[in-house]
Amino acid sequence: MKRQRFKTWLSQWREDRFDWTSETMGELHPSAPQAQPEDDAWRDRPVRRLYEGELKFFRSTFSYMAAVLAFVMIFFLLRAVVEMPNFGSADSPASTSPVIKRYIEDGLKETGAVNIVAGVILDYRAFDTLGESHVLFTASVAVFILLLQTVPEKEKERERRILQDDLILKKTAQVLIPLLVLFGIYVLLNGHLGPGGGFSGGAIIGSSFILYSLAYGPERLSSLINMKTYRAIVVSALFFYSLSKCYSFFCGANHYETIFGPGTPGAIFSAGLIMPLNVAVGMVVACTMYGFYTVFKQGRL
Amino acid sequence: MFEEFFWNNRIQCVAVVLFAVGFVTLLLHRNLLKKVIGLNIMDTAAYLFLTSLGYISGRTAPIITDGAPAMEKYVNPLPAGLVLTGIVVSVSVTAVMLSLSLRLYRRYHTLNLDDIYQEIHREQEREP
Amino acid sequence: MDFIEIALLIMLVICGISTCVTKNLLVSLIIFMAYSVIMSIIWAMLEAPDLAITEAAVGAGVSSILMFLSLKKIRDLKRKAEKDEETEI
Repeated sequence: MKRQRFKTWLSQWREDRFDWTSETMGELHPSAPQAQPEDDAWRDRPVRRLYEGELKFFRSTFSYMAAVLAFVMIFFLLRAVVEMPNFGSADSPASTSPVIKRYIEDGLKETGAVNIVAGVILDYRAFDTLGESHVLFTASVAVFILLLQTVPEKEKERERRILQDDLILKKTAQVLIPLLVLFGIYVLLNGHLGPGGGFSGGAIIGSSFILYSLAYGPERLSSLINMKTYRAIVVSALFFYSLSKCYSFFCGANHYETIFGPGTPGAIFSAGLIMPLNVAVGMVVACTMYGFYTVFKQGRL
Repeated sequence: MFEEFFWNNRIQCVAVVLFAVGFVTLLLHRNLLKKVIGLNIMDTAAYLFLTSLGYISGRTAPIITDGAPAMEKYVNPLPAGLVLTGIVVSVSVTAVMLSLSLRLYRRYHTLNLDDIYQEIHREQEREP
Repeated sequence: MDFIEIALLIMLVICGISTCVTKNLLVSLIIFMAYSVIMSIIWAMLEAPDLAITEAAVGAGVSSILMFLSLKKIRDLKRKAEKDEETEI
């Protein structure tokens, strides 16, 4: 009996007919509170009179309390700032530690990345970035659980009609989108040679997707990014990241020969695994940004 | 003396002020969207503080162009790496909080936290 | 250089305070976008270009878009509820 129910539930999920909202929230649209005659007396009764009085007092003194609290907090935090080293001084403990010396002086030789920040976040501290990509993935899963719902066909039709009218947006998008995608790919691939990297490049590509979806409607993009491809891209990127980082830590910690050496500094195919990892992170970030947007906009991917 | 202190630590002072402003907004505003904005301001203030600790005047960003890295030429790369992680995490936190407040709005038809509390009290009294 | 930095810092504080004080949610969101852009310029001046690019793309772009979208969604829901009430009456 239970097994049968589980099977139907699973099949619903597979065919994307599963309605998340009814499962997570109980009722779908409690738009108008059902007016039942026996509940009228309950509605008029004041709830916790004292609490409402407190509330009124709080609202009347809100701005003063806010200002006082802000000043108290600023005072205590400034007391802490007094003890800290001066802004921009070279002899502060944070800037003279041997870790920083090692990063700057040996970073280029050890990782091959011209941009030391990329070398730090994707080579020395790569587990940090791995955890962060998983945070993004978890957040997108949470947003999908909270906001995915089935949208009636009429609503889609209305949105499409509104979107087809906007000529200015369409022409602007026609000019901007190729430039945005190109710039995003440049930032993504040049993460180890200059400022940029996976996060910023992925965010730029994701925002170009958002602009496309704003101008031409989400239907054309949904063949490129839908639930299936989203899952495939993100999971394979995270899997690739974990696997390659395991490989590099294994080889580096045991002093084995790696096939991804530092290479010549400044070349595009250099710096070992940093560029593929940047691409993986960028794909995760781009898909997640676009996924956030579509789920917030229309409740489906 | 005070002027010298404020001038020497100008970024830190601004970060402290912004942190307090964001904290007050997060704590005392009743609107959920305003709370999200306040948390974002707090985030950026903390990141500004961290970044200012890594800055050393007269040095350039840690992008090595001449092949001979010397420590006296570049600023501290570590705070930048940490903050880069933090920015992306703050976006995902923002998305989760916004979707939660959308669900609350769909259920209670208001974003005001006091009204939501009152509705919850009413519901509890109705169904003990 | 100092002059620009001081001007940017003052504008940052003004934007931060007015974001929290403004009553209208849409206005405060737009001011928050301006706040993020100023923050990214300050990071570029603090010799952290990675942070500047990321903040300009993520803070001023994506998270503001998400907030705008949720505001629009809330207004849509409100309008829908009003329409439902009218048809019921």
